[in-house]
Amino acid sequence: MIEILSTSALATVQDLGRLGSLRYGVGTSGAMDPLALRAGNLMLGNDENAAAVEIPVFPFQIRFTADCAFALSGADCAARLDAQTLLPWSVHQARAGQTLHLAPPQSIDAPALLRTSRAYLTLAGGIDVPDLLESRSTQLRGQFGGHEGRALRKGDCLRAGEPGIGKRAVGFGIVPPAVDMPLQVEGMNAVRVLPAAQYESFTEDSQATFWSEPWKITAQSDRYGYRLAGTTLIPKVPMEILSHGIVPGVIQVPHSGQPIIQMRDAQPSGGYPKFGTVIEADMWRLGQAPIGSQIRFIKVGWDEAVAALAQTQDWLHELRRLIELQQWSHGRA
Amino acid sequence: MSLPRISLLGTTALLFEAPGGLDLVTQQRIWALARIAQRWPEIREAVPGMNNLMLTFRTLPHVLSTLNTRLLQAWNEAQPMPLEGRCIELPVVYGGEGGPHMQDVVNHTGLSIDDIVALHSAPTYPVYALGSHPGYCYLGGMDPRLATPRRKVPVLSIPAGAVSIGGSQTGVSASAGPSGWSTIGSASMQFFDPHQTPPAILLPGDSIRFRVEKVIQ
Repeated sequence: MIEILSTSALATVQDLGRLGSLRYGVGTSGAMDPLALRAGNLMLGNDENAAAVEIPVFPFQIRFTADCAFALSGADCAARLDAQTLLPWSVHQARAGQTLHLAPPQSIDAPALLRTSRAYLTLAGGIDVPDLLESRSTQLRGQFGGHEGRALRKGDCLRAGEPGIGKRAVGFGIVPPAVDMPLQVEGMNAVRVLPAAQYESFTEDSQATFWSEPWKITAQSDRYGYRLAGTTLIPKVPMEILSHGIVPGVIQVPHSGQPIIQMRDAQPSGGYPKFGTVIEADMWRLGQAPIGSQIRFIKVGWDEAVAALAQTQDWLHELRRLIELQQWSHGRA
Repeated sequence: MSLPRISLLGTTALLFEAPGGLDLVTQQRIWALARIAQRWPEIREAVPGMNNLMLTFRTLPHVLSTLNTRLLQAWNEAQPMPLEGRCIELPVVYGGEGGPHMQDVVNHTGLSIDDIVALHSAPTYPVYALGSHPGYCYLGGMDPRLATPRRKVPVLSIPAGAVSIGGSQTGVSASAGPSGWSTIGSASMQFFDPHQTPPAILLPGDSIRFRVEKVIQ
């Protein structure tokens, strides 16, 4: 249904992740911005866990080889369908032969805080790739899942689950979650963190620094992990830790004292000291934080972390309601 | 006796760490605890590590202390569960091109290549846990004389089948990828197939024996 025209690598097929095979050594993979993925699927009437194309490198171009409804979400990439300009976070009907072009995410006219980095292209019925170990996400290390277990290349063709001209409403958009649920500290994007097992084993200065200073997302950051640069974090005594399970969001501090946040392609186990964990409710914010930008950490406890997740669920609930309204009025028109 | 430790991995999981050092009897209790916790409705997956257990949440427990109390009680009652696993014999070519860091292990341990091969291929290694990458087995029981610290600079990619030593642990890579361990040999075996159920060929309770196929000095 779609053919990849760009040579730029690193675009992958992702759903919400492979959550139940950690005990076989299989990391979760999945969308770096799960909220954008869900929103794209909701606009199309898909299962929220349907697979989409995650695009981190621009410009990016595809051609529709058949009629198909699609949604765009995540980064605002000044999308064009042939000559028609499309709004971000919107749903459309493509005709066979049309080309979709995504430009590098724009920061013009938007505050720098809302700069984003990953776009999601969702097709009606989801991207039709095999379900392996209960997910369609690409497992890069294991070379399975997604499209042939690898990043997409020029010439690859992907099928939609429900191609054709749909009966549902298209041509509408939604308000992005970064606008509805902003979270910043002193003009920088922020994420909330629960302290982890070795937090108390770092010096009090290091503990204070972690919450009060900005952290730069370095160029050595990708779907596996974000390597941060800032003031060196120093343990009170050197630590030797036995290998144990870890999850995306865990902030490890290797011997260099520069933290690494585990992201969606992280391995499912590790042994470096753990300073804290970015809460699940804020992983989408991190997934959209551009390389070179600075972020701040906010310390929270369990109750605040649970409340944050509830807020995200409320946002999704409201989105489902708005989309139902849209479909209802479309049905009456 | 010191107590187990429970800590949070954000809102995604919690980590249970058994007191004391690494040994097979404690690990057998970890397996037993994993089997119990896997049945709890709020738990998505119970994932054994080395002397520890991670529980990922399907639904968030609103009161953590209730879950912690239940976990500690289950641990106290957990009996070592010896798993009747299979033993796989794995032919290994030690040294040479497939074992590029053999000399580092020689330098660190002060042992000869022949001694290292003899000590490394002597035990039957129980699979304690899986992790790191699909199908990778954490093995227990390496001779402590072979212990070699992790490399200061990790190797960008070691091939599938690399037999390596990291600290007091040893293992075999199931697929190519970066590693901070020292590679002393190579084996050929497919450890993982996502189309099979279960997808991993070896599971906790199984064991590996390394058979010396060849030693390249």
